[in-house]
Amino acid sequence: MRVAVIGVGCSKFGELWEMGFRDIMISAGVEALEDANLEGKEIEAIYVGNMSAGRYVGQEHIASLIADYSGLADLHIPCVRVEAGDASGGVALRQAYMAVASGMHDVVIAAGAEKVTDVPNAVEILSSCADVEWEVFNGANLPALYAMIARMHMRRYGTKEEDLAMVSVKNHKNATLNPKAMFRREIDLETALNSPYVAEPLRLFDCSPICDGASVVILASEDVARKYTDTPIYIEACTQASDYLALQSRRDITTMDSVVQASRKAYKIAGIDPKDVDVVEVHDSFTIAEIIAYEDLGFVEKGRGAELVREGVTMLDGEIPVNPSGGLKAFGHAVGATGIRQAVEIVLQLRGDAGKRQVDAEMGLSLNVGGTGGTAVVTVFSR
Amino acid sequence: MLPKFWRKIRFRYGLIGSYCENCGNYYYPPRNLCPRCRRKGKVKEVQFSGYGRVLSWSVVHDAVENFWISKPYVVALIELDEGARIIAPLDCNPREIEEGMRVRAVFRKFGEDGEEGIIHYGTKFVPIG
Ligand SMILES: [Zn+2]
Repeated sequence: MRVAVIGVGCSKFGELWEMGFRDIMISAGVEALEDANLEGKEIEAIYVGNMSAGRYVGQEHIASLIADYSGLADLHIPCVRVEAGDASGGVALRQAYMAVASGMHDVVIAAGAEKVTDVPNAVEILSSCADVEWEVFNGANLPALYAMIARMHMRRYGTKEEDLAMVSVKNHKNATLNPKAMFRREIDLETALNSPYVAEPLRLFDCSPICDGASVVILASEDVARKYTDTPIYIEACTQASDYLALQSRRDITTMDSVVQASRKAYKIAGIDPKDVDVVEVHDSFTIAEIIAYEDLGFVEKGRGAELVREGVTMLDGEIPVNPSGGLKAFGHAVGATGIRQAVEIVLQLRGDAGKRQVDAEMGLSLNVGGTGGTAVVTVFSR
Repeated sequence: MLPKFWRKIRFRYGLIGSYCENCGNYYYPPRNLCPRCRRKGKVKEVQFSGYGRVLSWSVVHDAVENFWISKPYVVALIELDEGARIIAPLDCNPREIEEGMRVRAVFRKFGEDGEEGIIHYGTKFVPIG
């Protein structure tokens, strides 16, 4: 069964002091229902990506909570929470996709939500996406792990700190055109390159900010999609791959094999080549991750990722715009919400609803990564 | 200290990992199953020599983990001579590190747990010579 996206919603991303977990989630959900023109009772199941409500807000069993506060408790529909680090949203999307593709359900919600600013150790909790016992305990939190990836990529392929900074500058620039982005101010190369080191060679402006946010997409089978919308966006493929959790066990830390495998499979299922993709959202939790994603998704050969940002290929007006939303770097990284937030952006771009950051696109792709690549989810969308 | 750290203490302090007699591969940290041979694997405990070389590294300025006393510190991806890789702190002047630099394991204090005052120990690496 072909699967369509019939509605999308997204909360503002950032430090949402005035909003609790429930408020954030519901604001995105209501927007998606309005966008899909649904009353609510059409929903047959909910899949929600969330990394760590238990540690971030002290609440587990959030699947029931979300069904409840979405006003759907009396429908008694199944609601499932999915966890895969900061790929939780992407994995929730895939679970929802499979539920419709299999013919089990006709209309389902795929959501992602995270409320991180109620605790002081939000970054430490995010680092538990890495191997806590054998990486984090030994001093390698997420920035340090990506720093080691960056250093090896720089030494082996000649990638420069300037290239990393250019990714940050590009994504900040895109975010100025996105009303829901966390950081809506341009930065220049100098600012990025003069920001303090977090973990050498990564500086403050190489790291995405962890923040609050929620996103929702509503999926429907092709048969019923046209009942609700004139502009369905189809999911041509949604694939997922895993890898060793810890970097020390990987074949090559400058390649995410999970991304290579998931994307190759997605291209095959969708019957496309990387060059057919017109717009992309990648998981730039750190700037080096975006450069490596260019390579692992097959947009350029291994080692030459930096050329795409140097030559402007991935800028908003380039050949393959990447992270038109502002990416994790400037839109904000609401952990379990990010994979769904990326899908929202691709859908808006393909529908022509992306406002000032609109690009010309018929085929879009999103890449959501957990930790340093232990999980990758690739989704291909088309008009 | 959490039980999960006590449980692994022998492997942390003594640099003990795994060796698969079926395929000849070494693993650190120790594994119960060989990812290359799976059910056919014959995994045995092995004591690493503690010698290796630096593949990549970072000078960490902004660590959130509360038991690290001094910042910045160096953490490195090290390939042990037997072939397995390990991520561990590297005790040396950051400006002296080079790719491929030879290092050896030493047993050192990692830091103190701020709240409970417990001292954590583990394996660090130092340059040879
Ligand atoms: Zn084996």
